[in-house]
Amino acid sequence: MSIEVHDISKTFGTFAALRSVSLRVETGELVALLGPSGSGKTTLLRIIAGLEQPDAGSGPIRFEDTDVAGRGVGERRVGFVFQHYALFRHMTVFENIAFGLKVRPKRVRPPRSVIRDKVLSLLKLIQLESLANRYPHQLSGGQRQRVALARALAIEPKVLLLDEPFGALDAKVRQELREWLRRLHEKIHVTSVFVTHDQEEALELAARVVVMNEGRIEQIGTPEEVFHDPKTAFVMNFLGHVNLFHGRMEEGKVRFATVACDAPDHAPSSAEAVMVFVRPHELQVDTKRNGQASFSATVLRVSSAGPNVRLELVADSGDQIYAEMPQERFRALNITRGSRVFVTPREIRVFTET
Amino acid sequence: MAGSIARRLSLGPQTRAAAVISERPLVRWLLIGVALAFLGLFLVVPLVAVLVQAFAKGIGPYFAAQWEPDALAAIRLTLLVAVIAVPVNTVFGVAASWAIAKFNFVGKNLLLTVIDLPFTISPVVAGLIFVLLFGRTGWAGPWLADHNVRIIFAVPGIVLVTVFVTFPFVARELVPLMQAQGTEEEEAARVLGAGGWQTFRRITLPNIKWGLLYGVILCNARAMGEFGAVSVVSGHIRGLTNTMPLQVEVLYNEYNFSAAFAVASLLTMLAVVTLILKTLVEWQNKRQMALAAQEAVVEGLGR
Repeated sequence: MSIEVHDISKTFGTFAALRSVSLRVETGELVALLGPSGSGKTTLLRIIAGLEQPDAGSGPIRFEDTDVAGRGVGERRVGFVFQHYALFRHMTVFENIAFGLKVRPKRVRPPRSVIRDKVLSLLKLIQLESLANRYPHQLSGGQRQRVALARALAIEPKVLLLDEPFGALDAKVRQELREWLRRLHEKIHVTSVFVTHDQEEALELAARVVVMNEGRIEQIGTPEEVFHDPKTAFVMNFLGHVNLFHGRMEEGKVRFATVACDAPDHAPSSAEAVMVFVRPHELQVDTKRNGQASFSATVLRVSSAGPNVRLELVADSGDQIYAEMPQERFRALNITRGSRVFVTPREIRVFTET
Repeated sequence: MAGSIARRLSLGPQTRAAAVISERPLVRWLLIGVALAFLGLFLVVPLVAVLVQAFAKGIGPYFAAQWEPDALAAIRLTLLVAVIAVPVNTVFGVAASWAIAKFNFVGKNLLLTVIDLPFTISPVVAGLIFVLLFGRTGWAGPWLADHNVRIIFAVPGIVLVTVFVTFPFVARELVPLMQAQGTEEEEAARVLGAGGWQTFRRITLPNIKWGLLYGVILCNARAMGEFGAVSVVSGHIRGLTNTMPLQVEVLYNEYNFSAAFAVASLLTMLAVVTLILKTLVEWQNKRQMALAAQEAVVEGLGR
């Protein structure tokens, strides 16, 4: 089932959590709402679920072709996974998963044996068959998360909504669960939206990423699009590491840090003051001038633990920047703290100064 | 009460601290001795005295004093008042704490303050308020007299002041508990299709049951033992509007000491039973808290 929200606003007191947001999620898609805290992503998710009401004057919330804006949270039949799981603490794992089926009105409630089979098959799906009689406090964080997911899936939702699903887990469990959720989604193919502030999680898991900031959607696109072709300075800054320079546009060239580069196609033509972003791995570091437009800098610090070497540099213009390179390249250059280097920006992105 | 939860929570660290802080044996025994002497003098001696006085004339008169018609009427009235006041305040307490803990609304702080009013006001004043409202010369007095309704110096008045005085017990116990538990479980139940009543009965109630029971026990103890406010509105009509505490006073004023203490011993036993129940519930509550803490630890490890 597809989800479509149109022109949704939400204000808490004087705080505008959402400002006229519109979004469409296709049937079977796995979409991430990505943004810093306070960007409105959780509010949007809760509005889709019906846990929060949008401001008066907001547009429709459509599931397929039906407007569900007027429907109560229980009637929308969505699966919702809460950030802290919200498992019923006085119920066993089995009872937790069965809850959504047990509370149905008598005429649509499946018989006991059907509920039992359903719960057992879900337990199998989450690989926790042996823990059916445990209580939530007897489970690890990752196990609780899976129970919460099984509980949400028990009502056979047309839409699955997950609020920071891995937010409260340690890095290793997080990675495992991420893989597991991706495989699960491939298997059951339910339209899914998850909220996260972790860019890696969003880029790795989602088919499309919705980047949000201050109650607005900054950009919607595939992980490749938002990472390689950011449409706004915020998206550029939020995804991955960046170096920021303040520069000027002059006669089709971008001037910053004592260098003048050819302006990329997307650069504003009229604006004088611009922000120039360069990712650390797109800064080429040499010990000699290489004939291309480059600026000179001094190495402040080298950190070589990890697959890439990270250099902290200070440009002659005073800008403090980071550059990244593979280990082999670093060894070939033979530089240390205090070395003088020449830095060539290979790929720059330019946005009007705000 | 709010304090009691804090006390229960602080038990863990205190027991751990005991291993670290150690006084010299002499000082320790001296302090323990002083505490025990104080406890004995002010709590145990009076308790024993009540029983000694009650049985002063032997077992026969002791039971005779309780089976006497006026005493029986007092016991019946006390039970009746408790049977009405405790459920009323239980329902109110649950409703008020639900509203305070789970929703935001205008006047929330005012409600929180007003709930405590019966604790801060002298019971005698509480009784007088109701005389002022429903007494013969009170605001609603003439209207009530016209319709032949008696509230003051009758059973309804006693019930009303008891409800007033025992108002905060359940709510005070539940508000912090419910606030600590948050609303996520209720939201989860709603998303899964549970209605309002189902959510309350299957999710909220099981989560608060020990705290609720604790509040009800305290509420009941006070409802049966209240003297001041009831004394003002009762009129002391023997066999009709005397509750047990009032009956004790009447007998005492008539120098009928053994009968007075015989009835008093019943109230004392009620207190002891309350204490035992309270301890049991507290123990259960603590176990639940420990579970919750354990849960928090597991969550912390997962982070």
